[in-house]
Amino acid sequence: MRLTQGTFSFLPDLSDDQIRAQIEYCLTNGWAVSLEYTDDPHPRNTYWEMYGNPMFDIKDAAGIMTELQACRKTFPRHYIKLNAFDSTRGVESLKLSFIVQRPGQEPGFVLQREEGKGRIQRYTLRAYATQQPENQRY
Amino acid sequence: MPANETSLQAPEAESRIDIDAVLRESRVEEVLERLERELIGLRPVKTRIKEIAALLLVDKLRGKFGLSAGPPSLHMCFTGNPGTGKTTVALRMAEILHVLGYSRKGHLVAVTRDDLVGQYIGHTAPKTREVLKRAMGGVLFIDEAYYLYKPENERDYGQEAIEILLQVMENQRDDLVVILAGYKDRMQRFFESNPGLSSRIAHHIDFPDYNGEELFEIAELMLTDMQYQLNEEARRALVEYITLRRGQPHFANARSIRNALDRTRLRHANRLFANRGGVLTREDLVTISAEDIRASRVFLSSGEGKRHES
Repeated sequence: MRLTQGTFSFLPDLSDDQIRAQIEYCLTNGWAVSLEYTDDPHPRNTYWEMYGNPMFDIKDAAGIMTELQACRKTFPRHYIKLNAFDSTRGVESLKLSFIVQRPGQEPGFVLQREEGKGRIQRYTLRAYATQQPENQRY
Repeated sequence: MPANETSLQAPEAESRIDIDAVLRESRVEEVLERLERELIGLRPVKTRIKEIAALLLVDKLRGKFGLSAGPPSLHMCFTGNPGTGKTTVALRMAEILHVLGYSRKGHLVAVTRDDLVGQYIGHTAPKTREVLKRAMGGVLFIDEAYYLYKPENERDYGQEAIEILLQVMENQRDDLVVILAGYKDRMQRFFESNPGLSSRIAHHIDFPDYNGEELFEIAELMLTDMQYQLNEEARRALVEYITLRRGQPHFANARSIRNALDRTRLRHANRLFANRGGVLTREDLVTISAEDIRASRVFLSSGEGKRHES
């Protein structure tokens, strides 16, 4: 099951040139780009692990692409997303966030049902991948 | 081969490129003209910059016909005595490369050893990468590059920085232009111990010392920028000052001139202050007179070789 989180997630995966163009757009707006990765995708897992610091003083997309390649090399089968943070006073939040790498195979989620008190039925989602220990998923 | 040749000729037959139009379109002429106007002397430097500009332009034209030779290597090494304009030209270089469309952003990141080399094991690589990332799309200017390599300390981490630098210089040529700068003899020794670096730099440009007339022109240009002017007397005094100062030790070309002018401004201001009472005109405020220059210690100690400039 394809993970759809962030912008562009219903489109086919962006190519490197398209990613570069998006980064260029972020930089012209003065947003700081950062990279995050995870092997525990979940709708509620918003904050992934940071790969390096947010890149505040970079002028050209090439610098960020280098960092992205380095991240891909380190985590070849993790989800990686690229965030663009707008530091303008009063905004100070993410303006754009999209997935730039996903594992080859995404097993998806299982819907777990739990019997509660009375006849209450609770539901929860769990990624199949998380049945494996960390770093052995995907 | 023949197939290749026809493909070369095909577009040429139908379209011809007007070189004047291309020149006008790219603002190259304008930038080169400014270079000529604002940088005094430096003949070999200007020649090389013009050559590079021509090459990039021709490459662009060739691109229109589908001819490509790959991006040229534009890493440079500026050598020369102190105050010969290495940093100024590097800044200008970033702009020129940007106008020519070679560097995408045209910014200059100026660093020294401290910004590249770390203090502990594993500290250097991230530091160097960080700087390289910042410089991408522009020009990385490494001032006094020979400090990167310290042969007397075998545990020095400079070598690590050089290796990362080399790798990026080789693989990401179109993302980054590296300019090394330093004094000539030291750079030579630095390259001797790092032959790989020397061979990856295509342009070794030597900055000559300025002669007396050039220094005077530079002084005039600086004064115009600062909105001062010299009267006839002061003009003569300045020529004399330059001759004397050049003969003294620790002469740093244009930088010495700038310092001298700064001190002259001090004396000028002081003189105006000293004879209060009178009324000052705009003329007084902008005109530097001979006594401001002749008060310099250079005139007192001519020939003695005083250590301090004043």
